[in-house]
Amino acid sequence: MPLFFLGAGKARMTTSGRLALKKRTGAQITFDSFLREGVEVIFGYPGGTVIHLYDELANYPQIRHILVRHEQGAIHAADGYARATGKTGVCLVTSGPGATNIVTGVATAFMDSIPIVVLTGQVATHQIGNDAFQEADILGITRTCTKHNYLVMDTADLARVIREAFHIASTGRPGPVLVDLPKDVITGEAPLENPEKFEVRGYAPVTMGHPGQIKLAVREILKAKKPVIYAGGGIIHSGAQEELLALAEQGQIPVTVTLLGLGGFRGDHPLFLGMLGMHGTYAANTAVTQCDLLIAIGSRFDDRVTGKLETFAPSARIIHVDIDPSSISKNVTVNVPIVGDAKNILARMVKILKEQGDVWKATRKPWLEEVRQYAAEHPLDYEPSQDVIKPQYVIQQIHRLTRGEAIVATEVGQHQMWTAQFYRFTRPRTILSSGGLGTMGYGLPAAIGAQMAFPDRIVFDIAGEGSFQMNVQELATAVQYRLPIKVAILNNHSLGMVRQWQELFFDKRYSETSLDVQPDFVRLAEAYGAVGLRAERPRDVVPCLKKALSIQGPVVMDFIVDPEENVFPMVPPGHGIDQMILAKSDKKARRVVPLTFPS
Amino acid sequence: MDYTLSVLVENHPGVLAKISGLLSGRGFNIRSIAAGETEDPSVTRIIMVVAGDDRIIDQVKKQLDRLVDVIRITDLTGIPSVDRELALVKVSSSVSRRAEVFQIVDVFRAKVVDIAHKSLTVEVTGELGKVEALIEMLKPFGIKEIVRTGKISMGRGEAVAEKGGESRA
Repeated sequence: MPLFFLGAGKARMTTSGRLALKKRTGAQITFDSFLREGVEVIFGYPGGTVIHLYDELANYPQIRHILVRHEQGAIHAADGYARATGKTGVCLVTSGPGATNIVTGVATAFMDSIPIVVLTGQVATHQIGNDAFQEADILGITRTCTKHNYLVMDTADLARVIREAFHIASTGRPGPVLVDLPKDVITGEAPLENPEKFEVRGYAPVTMGHPGQIKLAVREILKAKKPVIYAGGGIIHSGAQEELLALAEQGQIPVTVTLLGLGGFRGDHPLFLGMLGMHGTYAANTAVTQCDLLIAIGSRFDDRVTGKLETFAPSARIIHVDIDPSSISKNVTVNVPIVGDAKNILARMVKILKEQGDVWKATRKPWLEEVRQYAAEHPLDYEPSQDVIKPQYVIQQIHRLTRGEAIVATEVGQHQMWTAQFYRFTRPRTILSSGGLGTMGYGLPAAIGAQMAFPDRIVFDIAGEGSFQMNVQELATAVQYRLPIKVAILNNHSLGMVRQWQELFFDKRYSETSLDVQPDFVRLAEAYGAVGLRAERPRDVVPCLKKALSIQGPVVMDFIVDPEENVFPMVPPGHGIDQMILAKSDKKARRVVPLTFPS
Repeated sequence: MDYTLSVLVENHPGVLAKISGLLSGRGFNIRSIAAGETEDPSVTRIIMVVAGDDRIIDQVKKQLDRLVDVIRITDLTGIPSVDRELALVKVSSSVSRRAEVFQIVDVFRAKVVDIAHKSLTVEVTGELGKVEALIEMLKPFGIKEIVRTGKISMGRGEAVAEKGGESRA
């Protein structure tokens, strides 16, 4: 009688029972599992404890391995791949320093809810806890920055654990899942197993929103005179951009988005207010302050969004749609919570709204007119110059020359905020930026991940010279795999965002923010085998960008920009978003919004 | 106010660390925590007493629920329940004063479980108030050491234990 072990795939069922008994090594099980999960690319770096995995890798030509130059590059590249595609990114590193080097990237992905499966090597099971060579308790270290983590102690558990890891990483509120693989688990053998069915009894994300709550929400929308939608990264994760558009148009509701929500709503749509928060637009911050109904979707009321909580949407009732119950009423008390996946919830809201006809829409006119006024009063702006390159101008030209269709990764700082403000994103998954953790050095490796997924699209990394140097070694990766990434350094010879704070709030005491000593980025690029270009005058910007876009391989552009330029509007730290510094000439934050409280 | 949560978790190594780490990392204040195997050996039950207000406890429950290893959370606060704690108290006691200690122990229906020349050890089981009261009474003799298990609780009757106050958002 043939023996089948847990139903080993359909193809195998037709072969003899003996095959099912055949044992596979941990390394083979790992890659078999990857194939089943549809993994095409792994970003990694080899080492002692994972050497058997790397040995086996050669037998799996369907899986492409990208050798980075630092493990932090691998985890950010997997993150960029995941953000650009919506698929789960995969990262493979060795134990000890390999594992600790990815922690920043894991925390980055955790804060922004990015699905990644991370495999770390570990010393053999009998050595764990003995301070063995290259041992680190990565499970303990990543406990608070992973969605879940596993230490696999038996090769027989491996197939199930990897199946669960991909499931947990990619469903519900996505996030990084780490699987720690001791060396002897990788070399050990177990029967070929194909866990089609598995149960994680402590994990059951709610996706269908409660019908009663959805009806309540629609009632609020119909009742509201001044509603605003505030959408976050959840729109992107859920793929709910069309439903969001339908809700905004059907309900005649202006939309503001967070940094992570950019691209979830068309940046050129008449109902779009721009980003809100610390560097949000005057229109968005003012509309939120004035609104009587705030519809938060897939966003978590982060402090960079809300400013001082007491003055955030002070007269609004709040609807909050989120797949993570712990996000609801965490910072702000919510009137109508709806737990579930944004896509189906918004679709059902739109359906009920449509049943109401269009007559009531006229009542929205005064509010839409008021909001248009805000945008007209203080649009996003900067002072153009003939003598010195304005960083915002560079971003506008990148937008123009790429027709707004590039995938744009950013590092963290002023250039990140200018990108959010001036590259009018119109499609989801086109901005890759570390929002929650604010990780400098994220952009270049993230761009590598995105370019791997989309070899034919234009991928930019808009960077500052500070951030760029944090993972500059990944230029070698881009060169090795011929990834035509365009790095645009907005070089202001300083750590600009901190410098801006020091200028505005520390009486211009510039402490340790000067980066006057810096490499020649053109020659640095050339040393790596990439092309380096420099632009020092405004008239050089467009030719430089055009030349870069005409080159097949990676290009680093060094734009020497106005070192004095600041990001405005700015809500000073500790203030409410009703108080903004709108331009350099503002001595201090003006309460620009006439606060109105309904009786 | 103190809240009592009964949390069912996977019986894996490291799960207790995950839970206590989550609570301390987010600034929640644990008064006591007691863990032990249940009728199902793959499941551990943790009884924790957490200080806070309704809003804080709501967050504690939601954050715990986010952990994949947490199977179910039951809030026993304000629900009829049997609450117990066990404490061992080592009291200084010369031979001449032993009788006094025994008297107090008797009144509290506690037990003397060890006697040495200069001390004796008392075991007491009961609700928190009783344990506290006994410790208070023993203080004048000089307390050398106290070991407490932390509170364990079980909802009264069947309906409560299975469904009451359950948090599965």
